[in-house]
Amino acid sequence: MTEKRVISAAEAAKLVKEGMTVHVGGFLGCGSPDSVIAALAEQGTTNLVLVCNDTAVLDQKGGRISGVAPLVANRQFRKVIVSHIGTNPETQRQMNAGETEVELVPQGTLAERVRAAGFGLGGILTPTGVGTEVEQGKQKISLSGKDYLLETALSGDVALVKAKKADKAGNLVYSMTARNFNPLMATACPVVIAEVEELVEIGGLDPDEVHTPSIFVTYLVQSESGRPS
Amino acid sequence: MIEYHENKEIIARRIARFFHGGEVVNLGIGLPTLVANFIPKDKTVILQSENGLIGLGPAPEPGKAHKDLTNAGFMPVTILPGGAFFDSATSFGIIRGGHVDYTVLGVLEVDQEGNLANYKIPGRMVPGMGGAMDLVAGSRIVIAATTHCEKSGASKLKRRCTLPLTAAKEVDIVVTDVGYFKVEGGVFVLKEWFEPYTPEWIKEHTDADIVLAPDCRKAEL
Repeated sequence: MTEKRVISAAEAAKLVKEGMTVHVGGFLGCGSPDSVIAALAEQGTTNLVLVCNDTAVLDQKGGRISGVAPLVANRQFRKVIVSHIGTNPETQRQMNAGETEVELVPQGTLAERVRAAGFGLGGILTPTGVGTEVEQGKQKISLSGKDYLLETALSGDVALVKAKKADKAGNLVYSMTARNFNPLMATACPVVIAEVEELVEIGGLDPDEVHTPSIFVTYLVQSESGRPS
Repeated sequence: MIEYHENKEIIARRIARFFHGGEVVNLGIGLPTLVANFIPKDKTVILQSENGLIGLGPAPEPGKAHKDLTNAGFMPVTILPGGAFFDSATSFGIIRGGHVDYTVLGVLEVDQEGNLANYKIPGRMVPGMGGAMDLVAGSRIVIAATTHCEKSGASKLKRRCTLPLTAAKEVDIVVTDVGYFKVEGGVFVLKEWFEPYTPEWIKEHTDADIVLAPDCRKAEL
């Protein structure tokens, strides 16, 4: 097995260029690649399109900020494709002010659209959203008397994911509910940057415990934060 | 003269009684989360959390929270022995695939056709649907949990929802702090009322068509 290049968070951020679509793992900040996000915030690249479960937590009064929220606060996204913005009032403000476009996607549909992109499918058929605003502009297909929406695959340019452990080949193991969207995002982009808490030699992982096979991963970044508490 | 007072605990207490053991249940954020407190210890209900686990346990003891173990509201939780973690595609496969028996959700509006609105008030509050649309479309039985009236006194049960729908015609059961209703045949069928309210009071204070079930009774809670 070939070793993947281990790069710094700053080098990882340089791979994200203006206008790109960026898939980011994490669920309200649980399982977010925080070191790479911090470097990308520092770098300040704008006009990005975000694909992520949510825009995380931005609670200025409570002093709580998580996940991709620093990038939202920096106004680095032109558009966000997410299932939830309720814990980040800044996203809502930007949406109302016409500064950022927000596409809300049901969470299960988002997971499947990303998975479809990584798994060679043009899209998926789901009953979720039938009879709601979500069906607007979409093809409805009836199979065996049940209506489904055709939801198209959602690929991107760069995926930023977070794993607990990796070997130098790039095999990834996630931790508990920090797994969430990470294994899906890791399939859907040509460049996949995995931020990891622990990096072991090739052979140091049992092939049976690997969640994301190494071939999906392009670069590894040693996490500077988010070590087990 | 009966005066309405919000009582979330009675809603949670009544919903917990639907479970006999062995069911897979997803509890939404807020009021539905309270239901877990009233499931009897001798009944094994498998709680699913859409961020990627089954076997959801109670909140951790102080100092025992783990950054990688949260519920769908980003609160620290625990996992029970025999539980399992999975990714978001598997989580929503479980949900849409009919492997969740009950989903309990909060409500902005619910109507007598079983339509549910709980994710958006256009121009005012747009948090997004998160996993709610999949949960309502996919779970076998959908329970809407809500206080009966708004702070203004307006009924949360409607003839027809006016807000954007989370899902169309998927709600099976509505439990409020005045009673338990089934959604059947385009009306709310009152199955139980909770003291001090009466069926007459409920009819008078609900902006929807209510029919009394043949076995309608006062709940012993």
